[in-house]
Amino acid sequence: MPEAALRAEKLEKRFGGLRAVADVSLDVRVGEIHAVIGPNGAGKSTLINLLSGELRVTSGTVHLGERNVSGLSPDRLGLAGVGRAYQKTTIFLPFTVFENVRLAAQAHAPGALRMFGAASRNAAVNARAREALATAGLEARAAAVAGLLSHGEQRQLEIAMVLASDPKILLLDEPLAGMGQAEARGMIDLIRSLKAGRAVLIVEHDMDAVFALADRLTVMADGRVIASGLPEDVRRDPAVRAAYLGEGE
Amino acid sequence: MNGGAARIASRLWPAALLVAAAALPFLAPAYYVQFASKILIMGLLAMALNLVVGFGGLVSLCHAAFFGLAGYALALSAPQYEPTSLWITLPIAVGAAALAALAIGALSLRTRGIYFIMVTLAFGEMLFFLFHDTKIAGGSDGTFIYFKPEAIVGGLVLLDLEKPRVFYWVVLALTAAAVALLAAVVRSPFGRALEAARVNERRARSLGFPLYRIRLAAFVLSGALAGVAGYFNAAQFGYVAPQMLGWHLSATALVMVVLGGMRTVTGPLLGATILIGLEEVLRVLTEHWKLAEGLIVMVIVLTLSDGVRQLFEMAFGTATRMARPRAKAPLPAREAGHA
Repeated sequence: MPEAALRAEKLEKRFGGLRAVADVSLDVRVGEIHAVIGPNGAGKSTLINLLSGELRVTSGTVHLGERNVSGLSPDRLGLAGVGRAYQKTTIFLPFTVFENVRLAAQAHAPGALRMFGAASRNAAVNARAREALATAGLEARAAAVAGLLSHGEQRQLEIAMVLASDPKILLLDEPLAGMGQAEARGMIDLIRSLKAGRAVLIVEHDMDAVFALADRLTVMADGRVIASGLPEDVRRDPAVRAAYLGEGE
Repeated sequence: MNGGAARIASRLWPAALLVAAAALPFLAPAYYVQFASKILIMGLLAMALNLVVGFGGLVSLCHAAFFGLAGYALALSAPQYEPTSLWITLPIAVGAAALAALAIGALSLRTRGIYFIMVTLAFGEMLFFLFHDTKIAGGSDGTFIYFKPEAIVGGLVLLDLEKPRVFYWVVLALTAAAVALLAAVVRSPFGRALEAARVNERRARSLGFPLYRIRLAAFVLSGALAGVAGYFNAAQFGYVAPQMLGWHLSATALVMVVLGGMRTVTGPLLGATILIGLEEVLRVLTEHWKLAEGLIVMVIVLTLSDGVRQLFEMAFGTATRMARPRAKAPLPAREAGHA
């Protein structure tokens, strides 16, 4: 079995009396896409925020490879190899597309915070940024201001930024939200290409996309995991049909 | 395209300006040389402040405290009956300002937005009242510095700051050095990360930038530069008083930043020139010059959201712009493919 890039064990998050996430364990292996689905309020976003360090776990552990990273801040996790794309596109709108990706590459390069030398002249960083742009299919838009891109292109840019930071695991929070059919198809192909050599965890509402992409599937409801396994098995699970798939389709 | 010509022009402009500024003592009476020194010192303070305000997106209301502390450091470390050494007191003064910035920054950078403004204001006022309500250096009356510092190398008086033109050249050289330093910093990886944190905090953090450390470093650098300005302000007027640390001066520096434009290194220097020049003219014209000044500043700020600097860009094109690495970032391949 390939090694688990990310392993979460018995995660729990309480907000006062509310248990947003309870007893959630899952792992994401290198080379696979692991999708997390569930009705609204199931705790998917809370889970992804726990994994990226934006929320602190109440109890439970998160391992990145062999390393226990529970309780690390988002920037430490970012440096450790957790790349995150947000539900609401989170990019540097006033900067050019290239500068967005260049900053992502810079953060992970030696001398990321040097106070001398022009940042734009670091050949290694520029090369990595260009490579990430090419993978995401945005080369032609390099000089455009990010804020002027279409919604779909902005989502592509966010993926390109995550790629430029050379992540071990990508956390994608509803990457298809708000996209048209054609854009979504392109994004699905892009996401499928991301799992080569990396682990991908995706939270998505679009069931067609989920079943097209996922190697494994975890279903959440009311903060708990109600089913987990191969997509075709999960699809047949009666508890899942009752809690989720039945009402959606 | 005229990219090459524009680049040469953008390098020549500052050099020509610097030469013209250096020639001022030969052309103008001593009063205006001192007046120009005052503008440069306030411009230095405003440029220092702008590193955190314009580039870092952190509106600090305590930079007068670093300015004033450095002035007090000079007053307190200077002997009464002989000039003090620049080599000793300048590092002490700048060190004191940097240390205060480290302490205040470490605490206030835990807050954001309006809370950050309030916390910095509170720390600034604490330092103001420390010097106002105690007997330190003359309490609310302030204290005099009878001799300007001097720079001596091997028994030879290298720089005699008692001479207005020498004082002016020293301040001009330091201002030019500060511009060069700030321009280098905002283009550096550190400067880009600082701006990234301003533009989208969440994204910058999740990419792996340690925002707190980045902002604290910028705050300390900014405080230290404000200290350089404060040291020379105290030396020029031979007098320090608690007002030098008060929020009123912090706010004035902020007005200079807004007037000159926040997105460039040298904008605040322009803002300082306009504000202090305006004061000088209005003071001669009317007794109610503060009222007139306030009205004019309001009109400028309201009509030109990015300050007077924008006006200059509109008038002279983009060649006068400085520190816009993102405009030069596009891939060469893209330009070639597009031609």
